[in-house]
Amino acid sequence: MFLADVVGTVVSPVQTPALDGQTLLLLRPVTPDGRPTAKTRVAVDRVQAGVGDRVLVLDEGNGGRQILGDPKAPVKTIIIGVVDYVEKGEELAYDHTNALPLTKLGERS
Amino acid sequence: MYLARVIGRVVVTQVYPGLEGVALQWIQPLDERGEDMGEALVACAAIASGPGDFVHYVDGREGALACPETYVPVDAAITGFIEEAAVLGETIDRVRYLTEEVR
Repeated sequence: MFLADVVGTVVSPVQTPALDGQTLLLLRPVTPDGRPTAKTRVAVDRVQAGVGDRVLVLDEGNGGRQILGDPKAPVKTIIIGVVDYVEKGEELAYDHTNALPLTKLGERS
Repeated sequence: MYLARVIGRVVVTQVYPGLEGVALQWIQPLDERGEDMGEALVACAAIASGPGDFVHYVDGREGALACPETYVPVDAAITGFIEEAAVLGETIDRVRYLTEEVR
């Protein structure tokens, strides 16, 4: 699992049947202090997350298929939680209530 | 899953059993700005996409699950056609991909 910022939305009218009715969001994986760590990706949202949220993401096929309840779904990236805060030692590394808005490049200003 | 643009087609006559008739397409992954992200790759097309299309694809073992025959040697598959992707309310312009010269 990893942390990511939701930076956008994806509208996909034609897709593999397992994805029908699922919300797709565009993610930028980040460290708790907001530095990008990996490639931008698209994920299925199962927790009603939105743009600007920091989320917990599962990127593993078997768990993903269990969540969708379809043993043959070609899906592995799934948003499974919205992060409230992250503690690093004694300090808060991220606190959603005090988080700065995302900028155009997907980073927090 | 990742965003990508279809940049070409790949035609293969001798393929592993189970992959006959599966369309192979050459795709370029994109980042949230719509710019190229990493190297282009070949993916199976689980939907009817073609050069210029804006798509999402899945990599790893799940790629094979998107194919008609699921026990096949595939590590990337196009899983959907993207009508519109917006980053912080601003659309990543699909028209750009359609009009841009296919490499």
